[in-house]
Amino acid sequence: MENTTPPILQLHRLDKKYGKIHAVNALSLTIEKGNVYGLLGPNGSGKSTTLGMVLNVINPSSGSFSWYGGSLDVHQALKRIGAIIERPNFYPYMTAAQNLKLVCRIKQCHFDEIEPALKLVGLWERRDSKFSTFSLGMKQRLAIASALVNQPELLILDEPANGLDPEGIHHIRELIGTIAQRGTTVLLASHLLDEVEKVCSHLIVLKNGVKYFEGEVAELTNTHGYFKLATANNSALISALKKMKLFSNITSQNGFVLAYPERPVAPETLNEKLATQQLFLSTLDYKNPSLEEQFLSLTQNTPQP
Amino acid sequence: MMRLLQIEATKLFLNRTTRLLIACYFILISLIALIAAIKVEIGPIKFQLAKQGIFNFPYIWHFNTYIVGLMKIFFAIIIVAMASSEYNYKTLKQNLIDGLSKKEVLYSKVYTMIAFILASTLFTFIISLILGFSFSDYTELGIVFSEMEYFLAYAVKLFAFFSMCLFLGIWIKRAAFALGFLIVWQMIEGISFGLMKWKLSNIIPSLSAEQVFAFFPLNAMSNLIKEPLTRLSGVQNIANQVGESIDKDYGLDWGSVLIALLWAGIFLALTYRLLQKRDL
Repeated sequence: MENTTPPILQLHRLDKKYGKIHAVNALSLTIEKGNVYGLLGPNGSGKSTTLGMVLNVINPSSGSFSWYGGSLDVHQALKRIGAIIERPNFYPYMTAAQNLKLVCRIKQCHFDEIEPALKLVGLWERRDSKFSTFSLGMKQRLAIASALVNQPELLILDEPANGLDPEGIHHIRELIGTIAQRGTTVLLASHLLDEVEKVCSHLIVLKNGVKYFEGEVAELTNTHGYFKLATANNSALISALKKMKLFSNITSQNGFVLAYPERPVAPETLNEKLATQQLFLSTLDYKNPSLEEQFLSLTQNTPQP
Repeated sequence: MMRLLQIEATKLFLNRTTRLLIACYFILISLIALIAAIKVEIGPIKFQLAKQGIFNFPYIWHFNTYIVGLMKIFFAIIIVAMASSEYNYKTLKQNLIDGLSKKEVLYSKVYTMIAFILASTLFTFIISLILGFSFSDYTELGIVFSEMEYFLAYAVKLFAFFSMCLFLGIWIKRAAFALGFLIVWQMIEGISFGLMKWKLSNIIPSLSAEQVFAFFPLNAMSNLIKEPLTRLSGVQNIANQVGESIDKDYGLDWGSVLIALLWAGIFLALTYRLLQKRDL
């Protein structure tokens, strides 16, 4: 028998079609305990559909997923996780505390956790106010509190900052940071790169339902950067660069040549080498790409299998 | 089971409108006692409804379950609202995400339905018992506790009707439209009965319209407890005087029980299927 603990969540070629629209395309993923995942993709890339499927509210067209290695039924597994999706959904005629008690009954957890959860999101004073009287930011914070009442092993957040004002966004991000630092596994779906970059250790990039990247954020941002170059004769420059066998990719863009080194190359060395070939640079720019640039280049390339 | 009941009860009783409707329903049931107070005095004719035998055992079981059965629409509103509001508030989605299974969603509604049917049946029984002992001409226990099958019919009638309401609430997702549909459905049944009466014997001579009509859901439910008024001896006397004779079987028809239960099963199965198939 294998003694390794199974991943919290595993997706195997999960697929969802809405008529002609292929919302999620044969997506395979693994969510391991202890990591903070960012599920990144533009609007309509299939993030919410993917989460809806593993959360038992959308039926997959094909493929499968398993919680805790398949040892638990989906609804049993969901009692052990916390999830907030798009918009907070609660009973408007119940107070914050009553709503959380109901969640506790469903999740079969203790009422004791309601107080710390409400205090964490700053709603303890408003616990006896009806949900319908809350502002959007407060509703969103109540949703986070409700996702925390069972002390979840995995917290799933779908666009948690959507529709909030800057102060609200800041508050929510701080909260996510706090929760991630406690060691809770987090899966954060967002179309906002800086949001993901700030809190996530792992990244899954999705576009049109297809996975373009899965790995650590560090893998993406700790690259060797790239050079932005220009001379009087760019085609000569390109052939010279190719001969050096230092670059994995050389492209031409708006009168500049972009060269992506395979291993670290110092700008001085490059400049010296080109000068010996009578190529004098009018531009030599060494850039370390931001996650945003990486994201854009990723989604322009071919997807990962 | 208690957990599911508790979840559903929380949702219902914290809602003021629902609380009000439930209170209304039980108050209306108790109001049946007011019939006892109806007295007509026109000159020498003194007429008290309660003395006309409507509260005689065992007839009272028939009369009261029939009258109280008419008030089921109050409860239908609650059932429809309880189903459709889960869609309006998107709380069905949230409940599933929180870890309720789709089967548990259905069960929690059905358990609540059954709990209310039991409460309503028990309540009607107690009210009738009190009224009976106050007004009945016969109070021998053998007579008092005869014809109890009307309560079975009453419970089956409510169960089938509420199952239909639950299905409509889940299917249509809007309480007002679902209730509207219920009324339209009643009309469809009426019109198709009329059409069958008119044409069916021409097409299939061996089949009577009544035989087919017995299988229609709302009609099957109403067949469970037949109207009790023509059973009163006073009414029958009048009918005899004008040359009509009413000979109708007022007893419980097990065929109707079976049909009603079958419909309840169909509606609940359809509800479960909707819950399973729908993407939220």
